[in-house]
Amino acid sequence: MMPETGRENATVPAIEVRHLEMGYGSFILMQDISFTVEAGQVMVIMGGSGCGKSTLLKYLIGLKEVEKGEICYQGRSFSLASEEERERIQRSFGVLYQAGALWSTRTLAENIALPLEQYTDLSAKQIREIASLKLSLVGLKGFEDFYPSEISGGMRKRAGLARAMALDPAILFFDEPSAGLDPISSRRLDDLILRLRDSLGATVVVVTHELPSIFTIADTSIFLDAETRKMIAHGDPRELVKEGKSDKKVRDFLTRGEAEYSSRTS
Amino acid sequence: MNAAVNSNGRSLPDAEVRREGEELVLALKGEWSLKTEREINQSRIFGTLEKEQATHAVRVDISGLKTWDTSLLIFLLKVEDWCRSHNIDFRQDSLPRAISGLIALSQAVPEKQTGRSEKKRRFFFYWLGAAILAALDGIQVTLDFTGQCTQSMARLLRGKAAFDWRLFWLTMQECSAQALPIVGLISGLTGLILAFVGAIQLRQFGAGIYVANLVAVAMAREMGAIMTGVIMAGRTGAAFAAQIGSMKVSEEIDALKTLAISPVDFLVTPRMLALFFMMPLLTLYSVLIGIAGGAVVGVTVLSLSLTQYWNQTLLSMGLPDIATGVAKSAVFGVIIALTGCQRGIGCGNDAAAVGNAATSAVVLAITWIVASDAIIDVIQQLGNF
Repeated sequence: MMPETGRENATVPAIEVRHLEMGYGSFILMQDISFTVEAGQVMVIMGGSGCGKSTLLKYLIGLKEVEKGEICYQGRSFSLASEEERERIQRSFGVLYQAGALWSTRTLAENIALPLEQYTDLSAKQIREIASLKLSLVGLKGFEDFYPSEISGGMRKRAGLARAMALDPAILFFDEPSAGLDPISSRRLDDLILRLRDSLGATVVVVTHELPSIFTIADTSIFLDAETRKMIAHGDPRELVKEGKSDKKVRDFLTRGEAEYSSRTS
Repeated sequence: MNAAVNSNGRSLPDAEVRREGEELVLALKGEWSLKTEREINQSRIFGTLEKEQATHAVRVDISGLKTWDTSLLIFLLKVEDWCRSHNIDFRQDSLPRAISGLIALSQAVPEKQTGRSEKKRRFFFYWLGAAILAALDGIQVTLDFTGQCTQSMARLLRGKAAFDWRLFWLTMQECSAQALPIVGLISGLTGLILAFVGAIQLRQFGAGIYVANLVAVAMAREMGAIMTGVIMAGRTGAAFAAQIGSMKVSEEIDALKTLAISPVDFLVTPRMLALFFMMPLLTLYSVLIGIAGGAVVGVTVLSLSLTQYWNQTLLSMGLPDIATGVAKSAVFGVIIALTGCQRGIGCGNDAAAVGNAATSAVVLAITWIVASDAIIDVIQQLGNF
């Protein structure tokens, strides 16, 4: 859809990260991360377990303070912005956490209603209509009055996605959307992400190490390497997987170590 | 006609209906936003559609539309509903692909008829019946759990229980040394309050010295055990419920069951025994501090000497008084452990359920402490001991 942030200027990247350093206290997890994501693209953050994919997501959505480097949205600095400006930019985000992170004391409709109650002047009836619509977009129409504990894990993720879309976000962030889902549910969620991207025109950032998802949804990707603590690849994963187009570690990851296994056995 | 403009220079959302041959055209204008300060007059538009409904199709004209969001989507879905109910074709071919895509997506999965939204009218007897059934269920669950704990104790005595000794010693420590400051503070203040109340009344009859009797007997027989019980219910009972509830949420209890380890043996019995042994000691400590609190009032307000107060205390209090308090405290310890652990094991599967389990463990434990105290007193009176 057409919210204020995110699609105003097609020539400026939707997301731009410059020389970002990530860490916990004095421990440096990853350094010199730089990449851009164009508006309407799906970018996947890849890497092995513990390399800092979810930490990078925390920096992108403002849950961790940037100490070195810069993050910009639509050309406007997020990391150096005033508190007010940061909150304004954050309102253009929709975030789907690993397990949905739905508030357990509220029904699905109430979960979606909360951001609308906070940031719009809509009536309770309109908010209910919007909650119902968002649930219908993720195939959960009729579940408005269910509590998170009454639905399955996959449904919780879809409901989390509906909540993430409550304020018509310009940028959607997904943290391991396929984790814990069977391959068919996972595939359906991938399709849903693509359909929503096409319809909403949103920019999408996905943290995952599920190879089928990566090849299905990604327009572009970055690869974080825990060993060198650097981002060692940036581009379309279908290109990166080709010989000579990326580091061997990236190709091994994308081909699930097949290349290494073949060289050992031959 | 152009759309109206607001104070920020942004055009307000609007829609008009006009007839073009056999079709009705719905012309959308302006900026459709959830954040707009004007809501579109839908009743006017649907009124016009009703008036002009002698048609076979409704088409949407978006030439005047500037920006849009969910508000437009909701409006268009209502128009589509109206068309469907009037057997009129809703033509989406002029809509941008993004809007028609979202309309299709919202209708891809039919609404699940759960009946959850229907508000059924309930009468008084329905609620009364439900409350009675819930109470009966609660009694059954409590009895069942108490039975399981008794069986677990029997298994422990036979050396066949998977008893977690580490947890037992850890709980002993948590329920003893770590609880001393709070138990001391509350007991001292309780003794002080009892002495003040007694001093005001007894001084009128020149019997101020009997404040020592009042404080000593009250603390030894009742208040020492009750105050310690209430503190431990809030401190330890709630912690038991929250710890075991969190384990339930993270499937740790299921993991024990799949290893054929009884969660009662492993998690409940060590906690119950630790409280059973520690509550009497804490109560003795509470009685002592309570008497000291009373002595402060005796010395400062009633001008008694410490020796006088102590001698009067020893004269007034016998072993049966102390034994009563100690016996009660052991019972309270078992009650606190049972309610805390039972609420934890019966906890739901979400974060809120853990909080509810802790709250209900405290409320239930305090209720049972007071009730069982009264029952023990009645039995003592009837039995003359």
